[in-house]
Amino acid sequence: MSTDDTTASEPTPDVARLESRVEELEAELAAVKDDVGDDPKKMVIIATKGTLDMAYPPLILASTAAAFGYDVTVFHTFWGLEILHEDHSSDLQLSAVGNPNMPMPNAIAALPGMDAMTTRMMRKRIADNDVATVEELIQMSLDTGVDLQACQMTIDLLDYDEDDFYDGVTTGVGAASAFQEMVEADIQLLV
Amino acid sequence: MNSDIDVSETLDVRGENCPMPVVKTKQAVDDIAEGETLEVLATDPGSMSDIGGWAESTADVELVDQQETAEGGETIFRHFVARVA
Repeated sequence: MSTDDTTASEPTPDVARLESRVEELEAELAAVKDDVGDDPKKMVIIATKGTLDMAYPPLILASTAAAFGYDVTVFHTFWGLEILHEDHSSDLQLSAVGNPNMPMPNAIAALPGMDAMTTRMMRKRIADNDVATVEELIQMSLDTGVDLQACQMTIDLLDYDEDDFYDGVTTGVGAASAFQEMVEADIQLLV
Repeated sequence: MNSDIDVSETLDVRGENCPMPVVKTKQAVDDIAEGETLEVLATDPGSMSDIGGWAESTADVELVDQQETAEGGETIFRHFVARVA
């Protein structure tokens, strides 16, 4: 009984110190919440492949994330550049070789003309199933504010010119800028 | 069309597949005013979960209703999305 009295009636200096510390932390937390609330979430995709099938995942995810209000960057490097190349993007190929999902053995898939045939079949399926073309997805990504970037080092390596890419594509960027964006991003994907 | 929902715009994405219905819905919602409702017509069955999930996780947007109707042998997925802010 006597102990109860002591704790209730005499707040020690420690309590006062803790109370002011709690206030400080609450203010800090509110500031952090403000910060988080202001910035849109961010996604960065590194697109490294240039085959017909591998062009789709980065573009579909990018435009979808943009619809969800995300700030999206797709950094295209190596064969991923083909997706952004104005003359090549409509002519991306699908290889039948080395793909165990193809209904033919590699020995047959490697025959001349098989890649072209596989690609033709895939394009027909894409059209029959109302799936958008690669060009449509690029246009939609640009329209929804996705930053499509073409890696400068691989532009030079593959002997491309900055004018080879769609209008709106960002050039003159490299690994450092991609890395910086990845550091700040909520989602980072390598495709 | 035989619905009581007051629609101010209609977006027709029949014949389009993932991700176009949800991406175009987002663009169309940006173009309507607060308090207005957008109707989306789609043939992509995936649009039911895509537009539903998108509306749920997008601020300022509310999913009013989703309907599935048969029209001329084709299934139409009808979505009603309101802009609430």
